[in-house]
Amino acid sequence: MKEKMVMLKLSAFYSNYPMNLNELTIKKARILLDSGETSSLALTEACLAQIKALDGEINACLTVCSAEAREAAKEADKRLQEGEKGALLGIPYLCKDNFMTKGIRTTAASKILENYIAPYDATVVQKLKAAGAVMLGKTNLDEFAHGASTENSAFGPTKNLHDLTRVAGGSSGGSAAAVAADMCLFAIGSDTGGSVRQPASFCGVVGLKPSYGRVSRFGLLSMTSSTDVVGPITKTVADAALVLEVIAGQDELDATSAPEKIITALQKNIINAKAQSLAGLRIGLPREYFLPELNPEVRERIMAVAAKLKAAGAEIKEVSLPYTKYGIPVYYIITPSEISSNLARFDGIAWGLKDKTAKNLQELYKKSRGAGFGPEAKRRIMLGTYALSAGYYEAYYKKAQTVRTLIINDFNQAFKQVDLLLTPTAPHGAFKIGDKSNDPLAMYLEDIFVTGASLSGLPAISVPAGNVKVKDGSDMPLGAQLIAPRFQETTLLKVAEFLV
Amino acid sequence: MQLTKEEITHIAELSRLDLSPAEIEKYRSQLGSILDYVAMLDEVQTNGVPPTAQVSGLMDVFREDVVKPWNQEEVEAALSQSERENGNVKVKRVLQ
Repeated sequence: MKEKMVMLKLSAFYSNYPMNLNELTIKKARILLDSGETSSLALTEACLAQIKALDGEINACLTVCSAEAREAAKEADKRLQEGEKGALLGIPYLCKDNFMTKGIRTTAASKILENYIAPYDATVVQKLKAAGAVMLGKTNLDEFAHGASTENSAFGPTKNLHDLTRVAGGSSGGSAAAVAADMCLFAIGSDTGGSVRQPASFCGVVGLKPSYGRVSRFGLLSMTSSTDVVGPITKTVADAALVLEVIAGQDELDATSAPEKIITALQKNIINAKAQSLAGLRIGLPREYFLPELNPEVRERIMAVAAKLKAAGAEIKEVSLPYTKYGIPVYYIITPSEISSNLARFDGIAWGLKDKTAKNLQELYKKSRGAGFGPEAKRRIMLGTYALSAGYYEAYYKKAQTVRTLIINDFNQAFKQVDLLLTPTAPHGAFKIGDKSNDPLAMYLEDIFVTGASLSGLPAISVPAGNVKVKDGSDMPLGAQLIAPRFQETTLLKVAEFLV
Repeated sequence: MQLTKEEITHIAELSRLDLSPAEIEKYRSQLGSILDYVAMLDEVQTNGVPPTAQVSGLMDVFREDVVKPWNQEEVEAALSQSERENGNVKVKRVLQ
C-alpha cells in the first residue's frame, strides 16, 4: 500500500514534468507505463517523431521500422493491460546495425550487405523482444564496427548532436548519438575495443561494456571474436543496469557465453539504493593513463571524479599497468587477424553483394569483395592476412598474443590492490569530421584508454564527467571510465551510479 | 618498413580482394606505417610467456554432436540471395 502511494506520487511528479516522452529515462518511463499514464505506443510515436525531426541532420539511423515498431508497441500495451510487469516492457530502443534482426535489413554499414535481410534474430534482439522492448530501427556504425568515428560507414558519418561538424565517435556512433538526441530510450551497441564507451564519451551518455562472455554474441556479426562484447548505451547508469539484466546470460548458441549469474539483484541494489558511503572501496588511478602529455583539462575532469569518490569515503591509490603502451599495437594485430578470418564468409555466394561479371570462382570472390568492402575493412583484412601468413605468424600474431598475456597480468596485479580503476575514456572531446579519416594510425590511437579492458575481457563503463574544450569549437562532453575485475558488474554499476 | 608492390599484390591475392592500382599504392604506404608502429612489440621480452587466445575463462565447452533442425523458413530466408538449384546453393566451377 505504501509502495503504491509512493508510485502514485512519483507518477504525478513526472506527468507534471515538462518533458517529452522520448526524453524519459527507462526508469521514469517504467513508472508512467505501469501506472497507465502513458502507453508504449505513445512513447514509440514520440521517439519516431524525434527521429523524423532530427535524423536528417544526425544520420544516426540506417533503417527505421515504424510499422513493425507500432505493432510491437501495441502488443506491449496489451501485455501491460493484462497486468504483466517487466523492466523493459513497452520501452522503445534502437539497435546497432551489426545485429541480426529477423525480416529487417541488416547492413553492418557495408555495401556488401546493403540489401541483406536478416533471416533470424540475434540472441540479444530475441531477449529484448521477449521482454517486450520495442525496436524502432537500426543504427549507423563504422563498417563492420571497424573504427572510432562512424566515418567508415558506407552510408555517411553520424554527426555529434553537440556540434554537427564533429563525429559521434565509434564504432557505435549511431547508437550513442541517438540516445544523446532522445531518439530512443536506450540503444544497443557492440564494444570490441571501446566501441560502446568511446562514442558514449563523445556524445555525453552512458556506455557499458560488460565482461567478455556476459552477453551472448550469437547473431552479432563477428569482428574480433575474442573481444566482441554486447553492451547498452543509456541516459543513466541505472538504465544500463536494467538493460544488462535483460540481455545477460549463458546461451547454448554461443559457446563463449559465461555461466556466471549477476549475483546481486541489480534492480534492488542499484536502482533503489544509491550508495551513500563508499567507505572501504579502493579506487586505482593507473599511472600510465595519466602521462604528462595528457590534456590537462581531461586530467582535471577525471581528478574531479576521483575527488568525489574520495569525499564519499573511497580510498584513491596510484597503481601501475606497465604494459599499457602495448595495448594498441597488440589490439591492431589481433583484431585485423580475427577480422581477416571472420570476413572470409563474405564470398559473393550465399549472401551479400555478388559480382555479376565474374567468369570463375576466384574472380567472383575477388570482385565481390573488392567492390563490397570499404577502405578500412580492406585495410584490416589485408593487415590480418599478412600477420597470419606463413613466415610472419610468429613475429606478429603469436607475439601479440603473448604481450596480451602481460597486459592481462597487469590488470590482475592491480586488482590485488584496488577494487576498481578510474581513467579517462578518451584522450579528448569529439574531433572534427574528416580530421583523422586519412590517417588510419591516428584513428587507431583514439582507442588508447579502451583497448586494455577489451583485451582482458573486463567490464568497464563510461559515464559523463563534464565538458572539455576542443580545438576550434565549443566545449564537448568527456567520459570517465571505470574498469572492474571480471564479472564484477555490480560493483562497477554501483560506483558509476554514485557518480551521476 | 615499406612493403613492395609485389608483397601488397600477394597479400591482396591471399585476401581475395580485387584492388585498383591506386588502392595498391595507398595500402602499400598505410600498411607500412602501421607495421612500423606495431613493431614496438619487438622490445617486449616474452620468453616463457604463454600466448592468450581467448579470455572467456572457459575450457572445453562440450555439447552433443547432434544435428538440430532449424526453422525451415529462416533457412530459406538465409539463402534467398543465393543462386539455387534443387535446393542447393549453386557455386561456380572450382576446377577449371
